[in-house]
Amino acid sequence: MGNPIITVDRLGKKYLLSHQRREPYIALRDVMVEKAKDLGRYFVRPFSNTSSPDRGTALEEFWALRDVSFEVNPGDRVGIIGRNGAGKSTLLKILSRITEPTEGRVRLRGRVASLLEVGTGFHPELTGRENIFLNGAVLGMTKAEIRKKFDEIVDFAEVEKFLDTPVKRYSSGMFVRLAFAVAAHLEPEILVVDEVLAVGDAAFQRKCLGKMEDAASQEGRTVLFVSHNMAAIQTLCRRAIWLDGGTIALNRESAAVIEAYGKDLQRGNGGSCSTTLKGLDGDIDIEGIITKDEKGNSTCVFPYGTSFTVEIRFFARRPIHRPYFWVGIRGQGGNLFAANMLLDGVRPDVIEGKGTIRCAFRKLPLFPNQSYSVVLGGRREDGISLLFKSTEVTHFFVTGSAKDIGLKGELADSLVGDSGPVFVPYAWEFTDGEWITVNSI
Amino acid sequence: MALNDLTTQGASAQFDLIIEPGRSFRHYWRDLWQCRELFYFLSWRDILVRYKQTAIGVAWGILRPLLTMIVFTVIFGYLAKLPSEGVPYPILVIAAMLPWQFFSSSLTECSNSFITNANMLTKIYFPRLIVPASAVIVNLVDFLISFVILGAFMAWYRFVPGWRVLTLPVFLGMAFLASFGLGLWLATLNVKYRDFRYVVPFIAQFGLYISPVGFSSSVVPGKWRLLYSLNPMVGVIDGFRWAILGGDLQLYWPGFLLSSALTIAIFLLAVRYFRSTERKFADII
Repeated sequence: MGNPIITVDRLGKKYLLSHQRREPYIALRDVMVEKAKDLGRYFVRPFSNTSSPDRGTALEEFWALRDVSFEVNPGDRVGIIGRNGAGKSTLLKILSRITEPTEGRVRLRGRVASLLEVGTGFHPELTGRENIFLNGAVLGMTKAEIRKKFDEIVDFAEVEKFLDTPVKRYSSGMFVRLAFAVAAHLEPEILVVDEVLAVGDAAFQRKCLGKMEDAASQEGRTVLFVSHNMAAIQTLCRRAIWLDGGTIALNRESAAVIEAYGKDLQRGNGGSCSTTLKGLDGDIDIEGIITKDEKGNSTCVFPYGTSFTVEIRFFARRPIHRPYFWVGIRGQGGNLFAANMLLDGVRPDVIEGKGTIRCAFRKLPLFPNQSYSVVLGGRREDGISLLFKSTEVTHFFVTGSAKDIGLKGELADSLVGDSGPVFVPYAWEFTDGEWITVNSI
Repeated sequence: MALNDLTTQGASAQFDLIIEPGRSFRHYWRDLWQCRELFYFLSWRDILVRYKQTAIGVAWGILRPLLTMIVFTVIFGYLAKLPSEGVPYPILVIAAMLPWQFFSSSLTECSNSFITNANMLTKIYFPRLIVPASAVIVNLVDFLISFVILGAFMAWYRFVPGWRVLTLPVFLGMAFLASFGLGLWLATLNVKYRDFRYVVPFIAQFGLYISPVGFSSSVVPGKWRLLYSLNPMVGVIDGFRWAILGGDLQLYWPGFLLSSALTIAIFLLAVRYFRSTERKFADII
């Protein structure tokens, strides 16, 4: 294969964290006050160093990345995993030249197109057609390239009819499809993709993953892919890099890395996996979505067959009568199962102010060593108008070995990670009338 | 696969980029040139968006300077009875109003351009100089549209400009440099110190009174004239009047040269300051 297309050598990125200010930018006033203090200090103790200790207390150094080295060969697909704040996004930002490293060196032997967000540069007032050109240019395509691919992009996004409608009138699904379609038709040597697939429905996610796979296997592109969705990483990437606290914890084939990562999540009690979600019209916000185990501890790692509770902490600014909620579980291959008030008819009479809704799946029938996501949706009393669109809100990981769940086959451990994600207890019978039960949990 | 290898290898032969701390990219200006299409598209976007969902659309580009011109003509021409250099007062005002309007809107939009496009700056790499430049270009289009007013008034008063009108692009270039230079500087400062958000409207408002927009700069006493020319827009506006009004109006050369030199100096310093800060934009915006 010759030279690696990406060489990262002892890369580090330092941020200065300030404990007083919330905004990243500085107000001139603060600078002037600092200078005045320095001056004051100078008059009090003229011979001490003025840029001295108590200024250091306000600023703290934080290494988002430290001593990261790896190489990627042309045509490789590499997944990058790790908890929130592990440095994944910082790494991608350095590779795509948005921010500069503090130390170390990166050598790129190919053009990079980065997709850190879908629809960067999209303008709501412009039509679909105009936005395709604009977004294409933002992502680094030339006008000729965009023209050539225009029909393909429109096809992929399935928005022919709405090409001349301003995108502010698009449904969010259409918006995401169009935005991703433009990005999917880039032709760089290196494609850097952050967690952008979390939006969009399962069918479209599959389509996108397929497109990225094609880009790598048939067109020889190099793909760097960050995701919390282990299933997607496992499908797409042969190799994965696990970042932990800004350094590389493991860099191997993806199945091994995902397994090790899962074990670590379990040991570290998973940390916090809480997320928030804004309602469509401001009547309701979801302030936290927390996954809890049997004992009510917040975690995002669950052993097979244990109870799994999703706690939805909402804040309803106005009373909402008889709403419908929907909690779905999504894994490798799409939606797996759901608890849906539209189907079961169980509904709260009214929700108002702050409160929680909990949904418990008593025995989680999901394969270990895979990651899954929780999808949350909500509708009003009429069952039609949306409180919020169904969105992937959080992720969790199921742990355990094959033997724990009654799978005693010799190859079981190496196969569970790739098996269909739902595992329901079952039994065999071989004409002698004796049933052999698999998994008695 | 063999073919794929070839293409990737071919590409790697021509593309080799090293990212290191403190290393400004050697090919910055070449990168900028390669991003000219993005520049074109961003300007195109801003022009398209500018008058979307407005009832009278482009007419706003004419209406705003027109109304200001009428007010100035009434106040300075008819009430204060200031000298009009032997041309109809509306034409005297409009010849200054157009470059001033261009300057002040460019300055305002240019200095906010990084903030309004913050999302793009933190998600995509491109030479950031494109953003403020396209903000100025959009206003240039507005400026050209508003030229219609000048044409209309000239036809009304049967005023025929002389050969000097051909030098107009030079003064327009000056106005461009002045607004882009100052705007770029303020935009860069704005990324770090949001205080400048409040400074810019003040400059735009204040500047209207200290620039010779509603009156001819000949009303400024001779001994103060050079000092007055420290305002870069004095040179630009005098130049515009000289080119458009013609007749026996003389350009005050020392003042004009001072204004020009200052404009160029501001522009160069702004670019330098911008280049030294640009690499940290994504971290501090």
